[in-house]
Amino acid sequence: MRPSSVVIGLLAALVLVVLALLASILHPADTDMQKLADNRAIVEKYGLTDLALFTEARYTRHPSQADLHSAFQDHPGALEHFPTGSLLAPRPSSINPHESLAGKTTSPD
Amino acid sequence: MNPWLEKQRHLIDFTLASLGRRKTKNIGLLLAYTLLVFVLASLTLFTHALRSEASFVLAGSPEVILQRMVAGRHDLIPPDYIEKIGRIRGVQKKEGRLWGYYYDTVLNANYTFMARPADEVADGYIMVGNALARERGLAAHNTISFRSYSGKLFTFEVSAVLSPDSELLSADLVLLSENDFRRFFEYPAGHFTDIALSVANPQEVRNIAAKLSSALPDSRPILREEVLRTYQSVFDWREGIVLTVLAGAILAFTILAWEKASGLSAEEKREIGILKAIGWETGDVIRMKTWEGLLISLTAFLLGFIAAYVHVFHFDAAVFEPVLKGWSVLYPRFTLVPTVDGLQIATLFFFTVFPYTAAVLVPIWRAAITDPDAVMRA
Amino acid sequence: MIELSNIKKAFNQGQPNEYWALHGIDLALEAGKVTAFRGPSGSGKTTLLTIVGCLSRPTSGRVRFKGEDISGLPERFLTDIRRQSFGFVFQQFNLIKGLSALENVILPAFPTGRPRHELVTAAEGIFDQLKLGHRSTAKVEWLSGGEQQRVAIARALINDPEVIIADEPTANLDTALSKEFMSILEGFTATGKTVLLTSHDPLVVDSTAVHRVVGMRDGRLTED
Repeated sequence: MRPSSVVIGLLAALVLVVLALLASILHPADTDMQKLADNRAIVEKYGLTDLALFTEARYTRHPSQADLHSAFQDHPGALEHFPTGSLLAPRPSSINPHESLAGKTTSPD
Repeated sequence: MNPWLEKQRHLIDFTLASLGRRKTKNIGLLLAYTLLVFVLASLTLFTHALRSEASFVLAGSPEVILQRMVAGRHDLIPPDYIEKIGRIRGVQKKEGRLWGYYYDTVLNANYTFMARPADEVADGYIMVGNALARERGLAAHNTISFRSYSGKLFTFEVSAVLSPDSELLSADLVLLSENDFRRFFEYPAGHFTDIALSVANPQEVRNIAAKLSSALPDSRPILREEVLRTYQSVFDWREGIVLTVLAGAILAFTILAWEKASGLSAEEKREIGILKAIGWETGDVIRMKTWEGLLISLTAFLLGFIAAYVHVFHFDAAVFEPVLKGWSVLYPRFTLVPTVDGLQIATLFFFTVFPYTAAVLVPIWRAAITDPDAVMRA
Repeated sequence: MIELSNIKKAFNQGQPNEYWALHGIDLALEAGKVTAFRGPSGSGKTTLLTIVGCLSRPTSGRVRFKGEDISGLPERFLTDIRRQSFGFVFQQFNLIKGLSALENVILPAFPTGRPRHELVTAAEGIFDQLKLGHRSTAKVEWLSGGEQQRVAIARALINDPEVIIADEPTANLDTALSKEFMSILEGFTATGKTVLLTSHDPLVVDSTAVHRVVGMRDGRLTED
């Protein structure tokens, strides 16, 4: 057998596998869709706001709900936090939505 | 067969035969290359899948959560607060929520306690998340005792364990009745943790938040879009950290690959001279080498991508679990629903296949334009 | 068939180490004959062969091949002519290591895009003529000197060229193998091929297989 036939055959097989994987992503299994829908229903039913990924500390369990002085919320536009940002300053545009709110409150928050 | 195709196959035959002569070296390079693609693709696939899963399921969370702040800290919602909101146009429903954290010394883990209406969980019963049930060895109808913050012991019967499929959201949840919640935490009557508001028209959310802020200056509205954005950035950030850590490895591989691809041995130079002397054009030599670069990088990309897919969606990204998902005592077990970001994959493809092929071609170009009579003169 | 007029060739032209290998060669070579270039090393005979075989271009002068001036053609066309019309047997054989004898032989035909089975059949035919059939799958570095040369000859023949160019073909061979080579040469003339070779080996130059001997010295032709 010619080496090129072997290698072209292998590559074609790999391409087919990748295409099959991509196709399976475009047409997800019903069970997967059902799982997502069920989870969304649970979120709606219990009013959940966060993933249960970071359960090790109280202030990380609900990153979206933590008060403004906790990690993840110390600056609304910050990209990285722990324990303070060191690499990137937030984009000015990412803070803008909060300005309208900040101006409307009389107490500092 | 078409002569053009046949010619390309001849060139592939030749380039494979030359690769075969340095088998171990080339297989080693292919493996290192595949590994790199695997790591990068795993990272991309995993964070993208987690991000899209988070935004899909959290799209069902309340549009606005209203917290009360005292001295800049989260405080309880007093009894008259919900009435004070009054009737804001566009708010469909407002509901006081009760939830809090409980530290369990048995597992050294934090649980999230959440009160539910009596028709869901009766007094004296609890529903628990699957990770908690697994760690504490709980099943339906078991009883479990928690010592409250005031020192009293409370015993509950588990009425149900939440679906394992929802572990990503409910790993540490303990759902109990409102009466039990207030007794357990000695929560003052009429007070709530926060208020969930549902808004029918998404365009109105921002206006409503502004109205809430002015009606209740000591409150802080948290919008669902902010929650979703928080999750986007949390995983962007984690992906960035891994990439930073990997940057050294990527650079090292780049140097290795460049060295391997662009370093042309005297032997190879001589061969190119022979090929030209026996009737190959400069273009044929370059085409042959392009095939070499493409075959190696394409194989590495395809293998790496497939391995990453299997790793992320069938083995739950076991290799990167700690960095990407974080660690914790009550760790949710979950399998992500496969999704890919076409642009990210295309970018990965571009950055793995093209630079290597280019690195192969640069020195060949110089060698291939030398005069073919060099072979005779040598 | 091949006409050379006033061919000059300089290496490193314009630099301090400029060196003129050929000082104006005028020569006409006939088709179907064996011509040997004889001369000491450095006499310019190899350089002349590279110019005739389209491996390099003369610094000045004209090369006519079958009546057509080829000295000014761009590289692509030169390569085409070289591939179709010339087969080379190099002094060092210049086989590609790690490939089998058969693979080496079919290499010059790759750019033509002829189907592989056709090439393999052609190569096996040539191997049979050269009594090399049993060695076709062996890697070239495992072959003896004589076998390597026959592989090199087979490679020169794969595109069925009109002209075979051999540079010092017997330099690495013993007497018996050299004689064998000369008998292969006679076979070429029988099939109408033109052969050009360089040598200072009397066994070659004085052989009856050689029709014409051209003497060279210091980049000029000497008396035949």
